Formats: sequence, C-alpha cells, structure tokens
Amino acid sequence: MDTLLLSRLQFAAATIFHFLFVPLTLGLSILIAVMETKYVRTGDEEYKRMAKFWGKIFLINFAVGVVTGITLEFQFGTNWSRYSQYVGDIFGSLLAIEATAAFFLESTFLAVWALGWNRLSAKAHAVTIWLVAFASNLSAIWILIANSWMQHPVGFTLRNGRAELTDFLAVVTQPFAWHTIFHTLVGAYILSGMVVLGISAYHLLRKQHVSFFSRSFRTAAVFTFIFSVAAVVQGHAHGAEVAKVQPAKLAAMESLWETTQRAPQYLFLVPNEKEETNRLELGKLPGVLSLLAYHDMNATVKGLKDFPKEDRPPVTISFLAFRIMVGLGFLFLALGSWAFWKRKNPVDHPLMLKVLLLAIPLPYLALEAGWTLAEVGRQPWVVYGVMKTSDAVSPIAATQVGISLAAFVIVYSLLGLIAFYLMIQHARRGPQEEEASA
Amino acid sequence: MLPSIWFLLWGLLWAVYFMLDGFDLGLGILNPFVAKTEGDRRIVYNAVGPFWDGNEVWLIAAGGVTFAAFPTTYAILFSSLYSALMLVLFGLIVRGVAFEFRGKVDSPGWRRLWDAALFVGSFLPAFLLGVAFANIFAGIPIDEKGIYQGTLFTLLNPYGLLGGLLFLMLFLVHGALWLAHKTDGDLQQRAGATAKALWWILAAVAVAFLVATWYATRLYVNYLKNPLLFSIPIILIPVLTVGALFATRYFAGKAQWGKAWISSAVTIVSTTFFGVAGLYPNLLPSSLNPTYSLTIYNSSSSPLTLKIMLTVALIFVPTVIGYQSWTYRLFHPKITQEDLAYDEAY
Repeated sequence: MDTLLLSRLQFAAATIFHFLFVPLTLGLSILIAVMETKYVRTGDEEYKRMAKFWGKIFLINFAVGVVTGITLEFQFGTNWSRYSQYVGDIFGSLLAIEATAAFFLESTFLAVWALGWNRLSAKAHAVTIWLVAFASNLSAIWILIANSWMQHPVGFTLRNGRAELTDFLAVVTQPFAWHTIFHTLVGAYILSGMVVLGISAYHLLRKQHVSFFSRSFRTAAVFTFIFSVAAVVQGHAHGAEVAKVQPAKLAAMESLWETTQRAPQYLFLVPNEKEETNRLELGKLPGVLSLLAYHDMNATVKGLKDFPKEDRPPVTISFLAFRIMVGLGFLFLALGSWAFWKRKNPVDHPLMLKVLLLAIPLPYLALEAGWTLAEVGRQPWVVYGVMKTSDAVSPIAATQVGISLAAFVIVYSLLGLIAFYLMIQHARRGPQEEEASA
Repeated sequence: MLPSIWFLLWGLLWAVYFMLDGFDLGLGILNPFVAKTEGDRRIVYNAVGPFWDGNEVWLIAAGGVTFAAFPTTYAILFSSLYSALMLVLFGLIVRGVAFEFRGKVDSPGWRRLWDAALFVGSFLPAFLLGVAFANIFAGIPIDEKGIYQGTLFTLLNPYGLLGGLLFLMLFLVHGALWLAHKTDGDLQQRAGATAKALWWILAAVAVAFLVATWYATRLYVNYLKNPLLFSIPIILIPVLTVGALFATRYFAGKAQWGKAWISSAVTIVSTTFFGVAGLYPNLLPSSLNPTYSLTIYNSSSSPLTLKIMLTVALIFVPTVIGYQSWTYRLFHPKITQEDLAYDEAY
C-alpha cells in the first residue's frame, strides 16, 4: 500500500473514532446546563444529582474527544503537508480560531465545573456549564466552517502557487457552511437526546430511581422531538444545497447514471458501479428526485456519466451512507414523537422503553453515515474542484504511516472499549447517594 | 512587519505551552518516585487535575497558529518530524485519559496501569519536544523542495538528545516545585528535596546545552549578525534565563515554593525565547543548504490572513490568560483531604 492510501485510512479511522465522542458533548452539555439551571431555579436537589450523573458520562466522553482531536489537527501537517501548504492560508486560520476562541473556553471551564461545586455559588457554577455548552458548540461551528470550505471553497484566489484568502466574511457566512452546521448540530442533539432517553429507559424498565429518570426522560424527550423534526426539514434544505454546489455528490448518493429530466426517485435500487448502471430499480416515483433536489418536478438532474470518470466519487458507499442516514432520520422522528407523546409517564410504556434502550447505537450509526457521505462523496477532491486528494498527501515514506496506522487502530480500539465500558458501567449503576451530599 | 509580529507570537505561544504543560508533564514523570502511598498519588493527580487540560490547549493553539501564520513551515516541519510527533501524540493520548480513567475502577492493578500510562505519556512529549526544538535550532536536512532527507534517528543526534534532556530537567524541576507548592508535610518535603537535587542536574545540563549550542547551531552567529537582536540576548540570556534559574534555587532553598515555581516558569519561557529569537528570521533552518531554510518571508500566510489572525489573537489570547489565571486562583489552596474525598476528584 502507498502513502496516500495509508494516510487516507489513517485519517478516516481517526476522524470516525473522534466523531464517536464529539456529538454527545454538543448536546449533553446543553441538557446538563438545563438540569442545573432547574436546580438553581427550584432548589430541588434531584436536579443537581441529575446534572452530576449525566456530567460523569460527559466527562469520560469529553476526555476521549479531546485527546483524539489533537491528533486530527496535527495530521494535516504530518500526513497532508501539500494540502496544508496549499490551503493553510484559509484552512489553518479557521483551526487556529477554533482553538483560541472556543476550545480554551470549553476545556478551562469544564474543569471548573467538574471540580468547583464547593468553590462557587450555585448560580456561578451553573454559568460554567453554560459556558462549556456554548464553547463546545462554537468549537464545532468553526470546525464545520473549515470543513465546508473544503466542500465548497469560496472567498479565495489562486496566487503565489496556493489558495489565498480574499474574503473572510464569505468563508464564514456562506450558506453551505451554515447548512452543514445546522445539520451536524441537529444530528448531535438527537444523538444526545436518544442516549439520555435510552439510559433512562434502562432504569425505568427496572423501576429504579423512577423520579430521577422520569425527569431526565422528560427533558430529553422534548429535546429529541424538537430536533428530530428539525432534522427532517433542515436535512431536505441541506440536500438541495448539495444538489446546487456538489452535483457529482448528488448523482452518486442517488446512483443516477444518466442525465435525466423529470428524474425519478426509487424506493429501492442496487447500484452497479462496474456496468455504470443500477442492477435493480423498484418503486419508481416519477419526477420526485427533480422535485427534492431543485423544487421542480421537471428539472434536469445531471447523471454520473456526464462527469469524467476520474471526477466521480465512489457510488455504492455514497449511496448506502445516504440511505442509512435518511432512513434513520425518519426513524428518530418516529421515536422522538413517541417519547414526546408519553413523556409524562414513560414508566408505564415498557415497549417504548425497550425500543429506546435498543436504539442507543442507531444515532451513532446515522451520524457516522452522514459524515461518510460528506467526505466520500467529495472525492476525488480534497478541496472540491480545487485540489485532488492524491495531490494533498505528504512526501513521506509509506512504512512510517503504516506503523502509525497500526498504532492508531490498536490504541484507539483499546481506548474505545475502555471508554464505552466505563460509561456503560456508570450508566447502569445509576445515581449514587454521595452525589446528593457532595 | 506582520510576519515579524507573528514570529514573536509564535514563539510566545510555544513558550507559554512549555511553561504550563511543563509542570504537569514533569509531575507525571515524577509521580512514581515522589508519591509513596495511594494517598500521595491521588494528591499528585489532583494537584494538576483542574489545570492539565486547559494547559494542553496551548499546544493546540501553538500548532494551530503555526498552521495559520506559517503554513509552509507547519507542513514541512510536521511531516519531517512524523514519527517523533506521532510518539508525542500517543503519549498525550494515554496521559490525558489516565486522569479520567484511573479512579473509575477500584483495583490496584488498574491504577498501576494508568500510573504507567501517565509516566510514559508525560515522558514522551517532555523529552521529544525538547529533541524537536533542539533540532529546529540546529536545522534539519530538508532539500530545496522541502522534503526531509532523514529519519527519526537523524533527530536523535547528540545535540537533539541534549535538548531532550534539557526540557526533561526543566519540566521535572517545574513539576516538583508545583507539588511542593500544593502540598504539606512529608510529600512537600520530598517534592522540595527532589526539586533542589534536580536543580543541580538542570544547571549542569543547561550549561552543557549553552556550550553545545555554540558548536551545533548558528544561534550565536545570528545574534552577532543582527545588532538589534544582539541587545536582546544581552538582557535575555544572562539576566532572565540564568537569573531566573538561580532565583529558582534561591527560593527553593528558602522553601518559598510559589516564588520558586514562578522563577522556574520564567526560566522556561526565557530559554524558549533564547532559542527562538536566535532563529530569526528563520523558522526552520535547513542543515543541507541555508538557502533551503524556511523563513518568515517564504513561508508565511497572506497579509490579509495575518491581519485577521492578529486581531483574533489580540482579543482572545489576553482573554484566555485572564480566565485561566482566575482558575489558578480559584484552585489556589493546597490539596486537602476534603479535596480528595470530593466526588469528582481524580
């Protein structure tokens, strides 16, 4: 294997792993902040115990998110030095802003929150978790602006043998970035809500800590419901934006080979990349793809065959990732509505609780599938239309990348196993008595 | 002008990172030697507990600023130091999770595992960052295309290893002083005695490094070539670096651990600046041919990016220093039994 393939595998492994831990911090920080605010408002100790219980899961999760995030920032330099040299003027500054404006805030105040219960007034302490929630979301926004620039580069010019910034505001305000931001945050909030719902369901099924987990359930049910509705509406808008700026990705995720006017949507199809066709097409809905992509049933959708072969993304992966994400998105809407409907007395609905418990891994799958589509669907470009991934890799020996890739796989697998074991152990044990007294 | 300002800020961010993460990395290495009981070890963890993560973000900021202000240097430096940087990263990964994981399972074997992870994960970054910076001072074999013509072992030359040893000793003394500052009784005695004993090794290594720098690098030649810079080392090296180094020993001798720690912090910052200032206007000299070197002129970002980033830095760096100082004051008192009984304690 060559340096390019090994570096791609390494970056994929490192990002997928990192993103197992990030989404929960984005939404759970908000839920904890809501719980602690209720504690400050009502003085009810149970809300404080809730903030502490969910906070421990947050802390384990956060630790793994931090240490795996640093390796991503450094890998742009170690493995993608030609990319870094070419676009650092824009991309590097966005990463640097993320660290100075957001990540410092999150890391510093999370420690204050975790260790400062006795050192700050209740109000000041609640402010620290709001700062953590604000900073973690702000941090995600900057990273997503950077990623969106790779998806849809704007505000730059090619000068001095590289991409140079000409319009910072265009980079920060471009619609594609804000679609991505809302889409990712909404997905992260659904994941966070469903994790809280699932763990609460585990205890409610056993009728233990009923008041504690009914309250947690109710908060998370409202949260999940709102954002699962938002995901469907906003997801559609995001798809339309992709159709506009990344037509090759649209054709790949729909496995559309011929340029078609009044393009249909199929309920079921099997792509055949080799023959450049689909093996099976069932449930034809005429004009629906044109309608979804361009809000016009008679619009023409460009097919894969009209893109040069070397400019097409892998079709099967993009297609499957898209179906998984969208299918699960609708499932979350159903589950979110169910939980919202029964939020007043969830303990009386064991079937729903069982389903929610079993559904915990699904939002993880949906989010990883979404990012797989975003990144694989952008290929062969690292910066869409500007730089190919194959031109971005560092001029370094394949052996050292092979060794580091093996090390990543081993260390991250162990780390993941331990982190999830510790979180599950804490979740099953439930709230501790000393948490009430501390 | 802008590239020069960014050169200064670049040096400052790395210096602050070494100053802050230096003490927790140092304590991670010292932990098995100064902490005799489980109680001692928990004190060590909690002495850096509220700070290590915020400290580590300075590395992310320093890396990010290298990327933003000098993308070519970031690209060539990081890809050249590939294996060394990977070891630093894996070190930081296991030491970071050691804090969070160690107390979560009640078993001596489990705790020993994470103490070992903390040790290895603190040693690798402390030593290898020293090796890396010594090699930056001396220059590394990069050709005219910016392609590195060496291996990991090229970096482990005598001067590089001496740099690694210097950083190690700086961080060990820094960490021991922090522990003495944060504790009472026996542990404080041991930490203080360790700091004082290690100080002599640090002083010897520092002298050796300054002498070796004459032979291995062009730093002094560069100082002598630039009259403006010439005035900086006159003040910086003897007064600050040496002065702070002696002040460290002086205050340690009087058991004024806080002041000794601050002196040690100044030593670390001025040592970093001693090397960085001597590089100017180079960022990464080539040992093959000086014309291949990366400088602030041939590797900086566009003026617009530098201007935007300067605005961001001028707003947020002071803000960060402000709220981080507040947390140091919030967690100022010595570690007590009450802190250890605390539910979220490490």
